[in-house]
Amino acid sequence: MKFKSLMLAAGLAAAGSLALADGHAGKVKVGMITTLSGGGAGLGIDVRDGFMLAAKMAGNDNLEVVIEDDQRKPEIAVQLADKMIQSEKVDVMTGIIWSNLAMAVVPAATAQGKFYLSPNAGPSALAGKGCHPLYFNVAWQNDNLHEAAGAYANDAGYKNTFILAPNYPAGQDALTGYKRMYGGALAGEIYTKLGQTDYAAEIAQIRASGADSVFFFLPGGMGISFLKQYAGSGVDLPVVGPAFSFDQGILQAVGEAALGVKNTSQWNKDIDNAANKAFVEAFQAEYGRLPSLYASQGYDTANLLLSAMAKADVSDADAFRAALAAAEFDSVRGDFAFGSNQHPVQDFYVREVIKEGDVFTNKIIGASLTDHGDAYAADCSY
Amino acid sequence: MSVILLIEQVLNGLQSGVMLFLMAAGLTLIFGVMGLINLAHGSLYMVGAFAAAAVAGATGSFVLALIASLVAAAAAGAVVELTVIRRLYDRDHLDQVLATFALILIFSEGTRWLFGSFPLFLDIPDALAGPVMLPGGIQYPLYRLVIIGVGLLVAIGLFQLIARTRIGIRIRAGESDREMIAALGVDISKLYTIVFALGAALAGLAGALVGAIQSVQVGMGEPVLILAFVVIVIGGIGSIKGALVGALLVGLTDTLGGVLLPGFFATFMEASAATALGSSLASMSIYILMAGVLIFRPTGLYGSR
Repeated sequence: MKFKSLMLAAGLAAAGSLALADGHAGKVKVGMITTLSGGGAGLGIDVRDGFMLAAKMAGNDNLEVVIEDDQRKPEIAVQLADKMIQSEKVDVMTGIIWSNLAMAVVPAATAQGKFYLSPNAGPSALAGKGCHPLYFNVAWQNDNLHEAAGAYANDAGYKNTFILAPNYPAGQDALTGYKRMYGGALAGEIYTKLGQTDYAAEIAQIRASGADSVFFFLPGGMGISFLKQYAGSGVDLPVVGPAFSFDQGILQAVGEAALGVKNTSQWNKDIDNAANKAFVEAFQAEYGRLPSLYASQGYDTANLLLSAMAKADVSDADAFRAALAAAEFDSVRGDFAFGSNQHPVQDFYVREVIKEGDVFTNKIIGASLTDHGDAYAADCSY
Repeated sequence: MSVILLIEQVLNGLQSGVMLFLMAAGLTLIFGVMGLINLAHGSLYMVGAFAAAAVAGATGSFVLALIASLVAAAAAGAVVELTVIRRLYDRDHLDQVLATFALILIFSEGTRWLFGSFPLFLDIPDALAGPVMLPGGIQYPLYRLVIIGVGLLVAIGLFQLIARTRIGIRIRAGESDREMIAALGVDISKLYTIVFALGAALAGLAGALVGAIQSVQVGMGEPVLILAFVVIVIGGIGSIKGALVGALLVGLTDTLGGVLLPGFFATFMEASAATALGSSLASMSIYILMAGVLIFRPTGLYGSR
């Protein structure tokens, strides 16, 4: 809270001096709308911290950031976006975690001529027909991590997987993505309630289904509940999932139940490159905890923006867009490029949950997909 | 659908039902005795879970954690009653809803301020971990059986408390005519504080027991609160017996609906469409149950008013 109000104060002060400065040669004002309170706050806080860390390390005075909390509510996100565009007069927007909030904000922001850099949400609607020249996704298209999990399931020789996800758009994208790559049969397919906390019924069905493996996409608290209950149930089929349920922020709450689980991700703290080493060290020094997937995405988003700022002025939209699309920054993921729909083309890894001292974390055990884009790029034309 | 799977699902339904009962019992007592709609009941559930997680983390003892959850939730309940709720008894329900909604926000942000935004770790004790083999070859998690047992014990204890003890007599008298028992010399404001703290302690216990198999995080109480309201509407507001029957009905409908409906539609539909339709209907099933009960018994199953 203190940090937020400080940032706000800084943003407001900057807005005041901006008005005096007449125009803003080289300056970029960023409006970050993200989730800082309520159930999913951990994700937004990580994105914000990653982003602000990159901004601090760059020490670029031309970058100003205004941060607001959307409370994970679409109507609040829309209000904040209007305020940022109309009274704060931001040039670039970023920060949204959840796909349903992104759908409420992004089309309106890009229609009003603002750049939007997504640090997390990548709904299929914005990757295909709904793509926009001012919209860039720096994380992944929603299906990607699930496709990577499907590809891993093939490599691991699973033939009969039981799959489950919550019944909402990203959950349906998840199972679609998994099935796109997975070649075996399905022992069962379940849509659970969004926000469900008890999975005893589903686990009983898994036990009775004769499956040889389980794939699940249950972000946040849902995944914690599922894994703890799964570990206590006596079912010991191998589990595969996207990185969201095994990320640094929630692994400590899952505890032993997650050990050994394979999950797919485009980033991990042990990816061996200089940018990643610097990021992991600086993040720990600044915040006293290990960085998460979301923090890495926030960090890359800021560095992408800084790389474009070095090459072009944001008031020249075409030049700035070309500078963003070139993606000439040192990504913590290693190779990073944008596809034709301005979504990442990148490598995906398989990670395993391990214990380092007292801390649960992940280590990379292999590659899943390399230079992988998304299935919707062909539908996108500007 | 094999018989073993069905029995396992019935046990799951029972387990979620008895946990709902612990929540709903406090809610219905508070509404019955004081006429207060308490939206912040879910926050007390969260307080219990966080207290348990903090104490379990510090001491490693699950028993101490459970005691801490009872004490912390009861204390939070008593403090809230003395400082805020007390001023709301004479106000209309809209004011109560507004004030207790404000309490939810205060509790949530206060908890975040104390414990941070990331979920806490609370695990079941080693002695209760893992599955047991029930007669008939059913493998079932031991901890869930224990939860069913604890829930039923608390239910019996609560019935005895209400039926047999002096405080129970006062609670029942308060439900039927609060002016009269005040006129008879019962210290009504003390009674209110005790009832509120008792309800809070039950919610806190439920939070701690459930927190061990779910995630302990800010905002965990609100989904349960909605179900608990459904329970007390079905059972009849103010009735403990109604809360028990309603909780078991909701728990069983919710669990079995989620399992049986997709299977039912799959008998005559394409698999993934059946899954989608079945899951959607299953999430509505408890509300359909509530509507059905209200059509035939507008005051709920055991409601008098």
